[in-house]
Amino acid sequence: MSATLAADAPDPRRTFWQSTLRFCKREPLGTFGLLLVIIMALTGFSAEWLAPYNPTANDFGAMTEPPSLEHLLGTDQFGRDLMSRIIYGARTALIVGLTSAVFGGFSGLVLGVASAYFGGKIDLIVQRLSDIVMAFPLIIMALAVVAIFGPGVQNVILAITIPLIPRCSRVVRASALTIRSMPYVDAARACGFGHTRIILRHMVPNVMAPFLIMVTSFVGQAILAEASLSYLGLGVQEPVPAWGLMLQGGAEEYASTAPWIAIFPGVAIMLAVLGINLFGDAMRDALDPKLRER
Amino acid sequence: MRAWLLKTGLCAAMALGVALPAEAQAPKRGGVLNYMIAADGGPSLDGHKETTYAVLHATAPFYSTLIRVNPENPSSTTDFICDLCTEMPRPTDGGLTFTFKIRRGVKFHDGSPLDAHDVAVSWRRIVFPPEGVSSAREAAYPMVDKIEDADDTTVIFKLKFPTLSFMPALADPWAFIYSRKVLEKDQHFYERNIMGSGPFKYDSYEIGQAMHGVRNPDYYHTGQPYLDGFNAIFAPKQQTRVDAIRADRATLEFRGMSPSARDQLVKELGDQVSIQESDWNCGNVFTPNHKRKPFDDVRVRKALFMAVDQWKGAEALRKIAIVRTVGGLVFPGSPFAATKEELIHFPGYATDIEKSRAEARRLLKEAGAEGLTVEMLNRNVDQPYIIVGTWLVDEFRKIGVTVKQNIVPTGPWLDKMRAGDFDLAMEANCQMVVNPIADSGRYLPHDIYKENFAYHDDPKQVEIYNKMVRETDPAKARVLMRAYENQVINVGAHQLPTLWFYRILPIRSYMKGWKISNSHYLNQNLANIWLDR
Repeated sequence: MSATLAADAPDPRRTFWQSTLRFCKREPLGTFGLLLVIIMALTGFSAEWLAPYNPTANDFGAMTEPPSLEHLLGTDQFGRDLMSRIIYGARTALIVGLTSAVFGGFSGLVLGVASAYFGGKIDLIVQRLSDIVMAFPLIIMALAVVAIFGPGVQNVILAITIPLIPRCSRVVRASALTIRSMPYVDAARACGFGHTRIILRHMVPNVMAPFLIMVTSFVGQAILAEASLSYLGLGVQEPVPAWGLMLQGGAEEYASTAPWIAIFPGVAIMLAVLGINLFGDAMRDALDPKLRER
Repeated sequence: MRAWLLKTGLCAAMALGVALPAEAQAPKRGGVLNYMIAADGGPSLDGHKETTYAVLHATAPFYSTLIRVNPENPSSTTDFICDLCTEMPRPTDGGLTFTFKIRRGVKFHDGSPLDAHDVAVSWRRIVFPPEGVSSAREAAYPMVDKIEDADDTTVIFKLKFPTLSFMPALADPWAFIYSRKVLEKDQHFYERNIMGSGPFKYDSYEIGQAMHGVRNPDYYHTGQPYLDGFNAIFAPKQQTRVDAIRADRATLEFRGMSPSARDQLVKELGDQVSIQESDWNCGNVFTPNHKRKPFDDVRVRKALFMAVDQWKGAEALRKIAIVRTVGGLVFPGSPFAATKEELIHFPGYATDIEKSRAEARRLLKEAGAEGLTVEMLNRNVDQPYIIVGTWLVDEFRKIGVTVKQNIVPTGPWLDKMRAGDFDLAMEANCQMVVNPIADSGRYLPHDIYKENFAYHDDPKQVEIYNKMVRETDPAKARVLMRAYENQVINVGAHQLPTLWFYRILPIRSYMKGWKISNSHYLNQNLANIWLDR
């Protein structure tokens, strides 16, 4: 036990860059994932400078053109440059993915820790409500929320955030339950600290490892959910550049005559989700003491 | 006038339909027709109230009408035949009275008899809707003075003035004959229920999913219908419908598919699919809500129209959508339609688009509406609503106006327009038998035509329309139509008709007996369809 504790303890001599280098050496797949995520983030944030064309501008002189030097990934049925739309689509994916994951994750964190800390009726109510929401697959729940509030970026974020909350809260609660009975929590209580202080200062920092892993995986799930909703016509709306939206309509209709309309947004979604998932797995390995020993 | 009408009808018929020759084979009985409906269900099931094919394609087989366009010649603008009547009447009283004799022995699907009183009550509900009842086509009958049911077999239409537009308006496929007894109990019964006397009886309805009908053995057109039943399946996405036809899960859709969908099916199915094509008395309409700022300002509305290059748009969009022709308020094949020379002076029809857009920017600046960001309500039907909407959004961008689309299913789309809950809307003007004067009545202010969602007032426009509808000289009526068009598109900039549709129907070759027309509302009761397999 003492050996494990020693291994878990952060090495004060290691700098951020040394830790990063160590992570890269130990988790090559995770590093590849991180690289993909960084590329996606940079692409999304600097879309204005990277995109060769306006992503919503129709060009009737260049409808369904195959990839060429002028349009590296070809054009869609409106003559819009696919590369520009994919670059801007990264921004939409990031906005929806990150916002949903962060809001869903933090709401789940607060609910999960509070549920575990207070126990009793609060725990019972929160957990049964979570059961109800979790009874539906994420996409079905998101579909229901969009059907109620309507399409659009904000509503899509809301639709994806709501089903993520209980998923995070359930995992966080499980970790928080063990922490609740730790002597230092009892000691804090004995010292007369308030609930907020105990939760925020003593419990939350100790559930951060599973929480961060959950949030990372939520980003990928949210990107996929956004793409699915847009594909079903319930997400963001034309002409907003979004990967899922690019897969519906023209992509289906021209699948045999202009396959690039479907292929490139599909590849973008695949790479983004793959990158986030690989990075998330590596983070789990790095943060989980049991896996870290291997 | 008769000669003129005949000539007009013949010309229009030649210009419109490209239907296949009639099959010489005797119709075969049996089988169930599966067809797709390019939508996800309408707000209600009441044909008198609704305006979308999503309702008509699902409900028309259950109902009878007084007269109808000849199903053997559905593109004709003059060939009308009786459905519930026994003989097409000759007008008397100087063209002011039309007396219809109603068939005996017709039964509603609940077994109760149908007589002239049911016909008169149904028509009165359409022309003079009672308090609390919405009739979508009320404005198409300003000429009707009275509808009398003299006895069990006679219905008399008395007109206020003779007009060219009465008989085509009477062949309205939405004018379902409802049961008087049912309406007396509940005027809203037909919004949620189906009970007609048509070739098919109601079987079941999964809301927004599918409508199912079975053969009516008591149908009064002897021998019809040939089918045992039908399944109408809702699917707003074109590719779903293409896949269904390809896999023979559905025989056809009755609305229309894009050229690429046609080419795809022909390439893959060869002679297992036949194609029927026609010009289409239908087009999208761009509607600013006059009750919302800044669209209460004519300069802003006009600026939006001026941003649109319809000529270039038509050339490009015809390759990817079910649109084809630039036109004004009137179906481009009609003698009443504006020529290109007449149209190019209106905002939205300029041939020098850069000059037009410069003027649009000036008008926006003058109105203090530069850098405008607004929302456009659109229907989640890809062909052509979303395509035309997406095109318009980019046209508006070119004058500095940012438009976001709010694409919603058919029900909420209509509900929002009826509630006036939108800035801009992409709607449609789809009509039946080409009847230019009556058809253009859909542009009348909301007070007169309840399904006009511009929510504008324009006494001058109404005055011109009233003169036009009373004019029996076609040449003078055409002059009035130009003045009316100028008032709607230019002076008031109330609404902008965008590209007119072109109807392409890939049909599984085993389906026989049905002919395309210039309207997806016509010839939809399925009674004459049979399956050759």
